[in-house]
Amino acid sequence: MERIPILKMGDFLLVTIQVDMHDRLAMTLQDDLTERISRTGAHGVLIDISSLEIVDSFIGRMLANIAGMARVLDAATVVVGMQPAVAITLVELGLELPGVRTALDVDKGMRVLRHALGRPTPQEADAGAEG
Amino acid sequence: MPALKDEMLPIRADSDIVLVRQAARSWSIDAGFSLVEQTKMVTAASELARNTLVYGGGGTVRLEALEENGRRGLRLTFEDRGPGIPDLELALRDGFSTGTGLGLGLSGSRRLVNEFSIESQRGEGTRVVIARWR
Repeated sequence: MERIPILKMGDFLLVTIQVDMHDRLAMTLQDDLTERISRTGAHGVLIDISSLEIVDSFIGRMLANIAGMARVLDAATVVVGMQPAVAITLVELGLELPGVRTALDVDKGMRVLRHALGRPTPQEADAGAEG
Repeated sequence: MPALKDEMLPIRADSDIVLVRQAARSWSIDAGFSLVEQTKMVTAASELARNTLVYGGGGTVRLEALEENGRRGLRLTFEDRGPGIPDLELALRDGFSTGTGLGLGLSGSRRLVNEFSIESQRGEGTRVVIARWR
């Protein structure tokens, strides 16, 4: 069966969605991620959607579900890399992804996760915490 | 208004929704739409194709390339022979859903296009027509 790979890096799980997902594949990713969080005890999930050309209400709901389930399992979620045209369309569609943290790129997303867990990198700690 | 070109696609499975999105993308590009216009049209097509599949039990979409007074456009007609929508006004409201979705399919896709019309007969089916112009 077709699956989207989930990479583990330290305490974090990383997912890059690179295909135009059909609905069942999106549901499988949601289930797989939830299962992996619970099995590995990961405390952060980063989902890179920079290759996605659209986010409709189904994918939006999947992202919100993942963030919700992760929260219940004590993990923070950040969605990174949304294309500007996708963001414009999402808001017009009426989908504002409540409860889903976002960041512009993977770097910034990792920083959001580290801050959420109260562990900035040494450089960031030296520079002082960000607001 | 006669279409410059038209094509009919079936909507019978999840994978057909992906094919409808791809077709809507390539026809939007052919119509000269900007990236944002393309994205809006493809997103609306995705929502309506899913409605056709989930609520209408499957159906078809017809794509038509349009031209009027030098303006190019794209029209999509989604048709199913499902149970129909008993209360259209309610179905067009944000947040209304009888299924597992967010209830944004109809109301949301209406905001993404220039023209939107819906007809539904109980027990006979539903037809939704959307169009976007450059």
